[in-house]
Amino acid sequence: MTTIAQTTTASDAHFGLEGLNIAGPTGLNITGLVKSEWTKIRSLRSSLVALVLLVVLTIGFTALFVGLTVAQWDKVIAVRKLAYQLDPTRLILGAGFQLSQLAICVLGVLVIANEYASGTIRASLLAVPRRTPMLVTKAVVFAALIFVVVEVAAFSSFALGAPILHSKISVGISDPGVLRAIVGAGLYGAVLGVFSIAIGAIVRHTAGGIAGIIAFVLVLSPLTQLIPGSIGDHIHAYLPTAAGQLMAAARQGPDDLLTPWQGFGVFCIWTLVLMLVANYLLTHRDA
Amino acid sequence: MRAAIGPLQVIEVRDLCKTYDKKVVIDHLTFTVQPGVVTGFLGPNGAGKSTTMRLIVGLDRPTSGDAIIGGIRYADLTRPLRVVGALLDAGAIHKGRSAYNHLLYLAQTQGIAAPRVNEVLDLVGLHDVAHERAGSFSLGMGQRLGLAAALLGDPPVLILDEPVNGLDPDGIKWIRNLVIHLAGEGRTILVSSHLMSEMAATATNLVVIGRGRLIAACTTDDFIERGSKRSVLVKSPDASILAELIMAAGGLVETDAQGDLVVRMIDAAHIGAIAAKAQLELHELTPQLASLEDAFMEQTHASNEFGHGARSANGSTPVLATASARGTNP
Repeated sequence: MTTIAQTTTASDAHFGLEGLNIAGPTGLNITGLVKSEWTKIRSLRSSLVALVLLVVLTIGFTALFVGLTVAQWDKVIAVRKLAYQLDPTRLILGAGFQLSQLAICVLGVLVIANEYASGTIRASLLAVPRRTPMLVTKAVVFAALIFVVVEVAAFSSFALGAPILHSKISVGISDPGVLRAIVGAGLYGAVLGVFSIAIGAIVRHTAGGIAGIIAFVLVLSPLTQLIPGSIGDHIHAYLPTAAGQLMAAARQGPDDLLTPWQGFGVFCIWTLVLMLVANYLLTHRDA
Repeated sequence: MRAAIGPLQVIEVRDLCKTYDKKVVIDHLTFTVQPGVVTGFLGPNGAGKSTTMRLIVGLDRPTSGDAIIGGIRYADLTRPLRVVGALLDAGAIHKGRSAYNHLLYLAQTQGIAAPRVNEVLDLVGLHDVAHERAGSFSLGMGQRLGLAAALLGDPPVLILDEPVNGLDPDGIKWIRNLVIHLAGEGRTILVSSHLMSEMAATATNLVVIGRGRLIAACTTDDFIERGSKRSVLVKSPDASILAELIMAAGGLVETDAQGDLVVRMIDAAHIGAIAAKAQLELHELTPQLASLEDAFMEQTHASNEFGHGARSANGSTPVLATASARGTNP
């Protein structure tokens, strides 16, 4: 016991905590958090691969799909021809993104589920013990990154797709709704990224998270279209990605129950709800 | 000034409980860890050491009770890595990320400048592999990286869970010296281990737990001395007469392989007095200190025998370290 007393007094010198601002609600280091999440994303090869894939797939499939449509123009059924003529932007942007959006989903799930799989989440939470700022910063940084990458892909796709389509339908970037649709594709991608992060944070397993998001995006949507009557149409219209994808259309189609902005709003609400669930679980579960 | 700094670095665990699926893992644990010395956190595997450490740094939520560092909960620290460095499990790094980038992202959350990352990488001897993917790291290198992360913020408090795991003998010696050096600088150091020999070599104070309960919190010397197996080796040409006299005085006598006496229950001075009074010749009278292993085995075993619900297991331990440690704190 005397040992304890003596050695305690040896602790003078430079380890006073008074000088450090160690506690307080205002001390959140937002810039540091943003830098940190950016470092996490850019330091993994899988993120870079997924992002390159996103751009390449988008542009590649736009060229392929629009090219094939033009080449087979005589065999395209009349209803579809009409739809293309009403909104050629939807044809150009939709072709590539149907597939490349999966890169966003997978990467979004990985951004957080990988932290659990590798155990890095414990290092991260030791550094940022309040979990909400970490989750929000991660989502914001990833959304910003995806927005930029999708915009690159969307502008490139349009620049490539519009001339290919020109022999059948003429469309320019200054046409009504076109620019909004191109920017909208980026917004859709960004929110899809946040949506995927929320799923990843809830499921916490990479494989399970990816399966879950693909079920939402690829399986559920066509499945509800099989439901006959207006019930199926309504369910389909309010599904997260079906609603969100309307943002990449230049105008509301005759079959669309929602306007582009309404659809985007529905998608945002889905995402917000999932993020709230993710945040609740993150702050209440043991890491 | 001194009095003000000390308590600010003290780790206080207060009536901590943690239940997983109705299984009690940490059971009303209370202890304090003082700065300036290495405090060993000892217990058999599964005793709850790692869980306690995870609760202290807020990775897990306590069922009840809490832990504070310098009077503040870990979750309320705005730059936690500058106050507490924790090595909890060394595998906690993404295999595709380099050691440098792992430390860089941690540093950025704390506003720690990038040069400090290279500094700690040098310190733990990972400088040459700083930019290689961590997937290629050995267990020992992972442990060093974990330590680098703990030291990143130059924190006054360090919490290290089994830091010597996976290290070669050189590495073990290096950690020992580092830990003692850091304590000498006045930092608060809590190091867990299930290896008593490791604790005997480094720890001045001990917190011993078994089945999630406090068994002892005292100095290492006190803990060893408390072992009731403490005995006295007696060599005497009149061993048989002496043995009877010792037994008459309340001692327990055994004869070892050499025919010498091993006496328990009464101390060397008492035996010497008995021999002198009877005018018996003594060739040797040596107190045998139990090893830390012995003391540990005996005391954890004793606590386990009380079984569930017998809270007196804690209360009856002769040295109640929390009280005594607090009492001597200036």
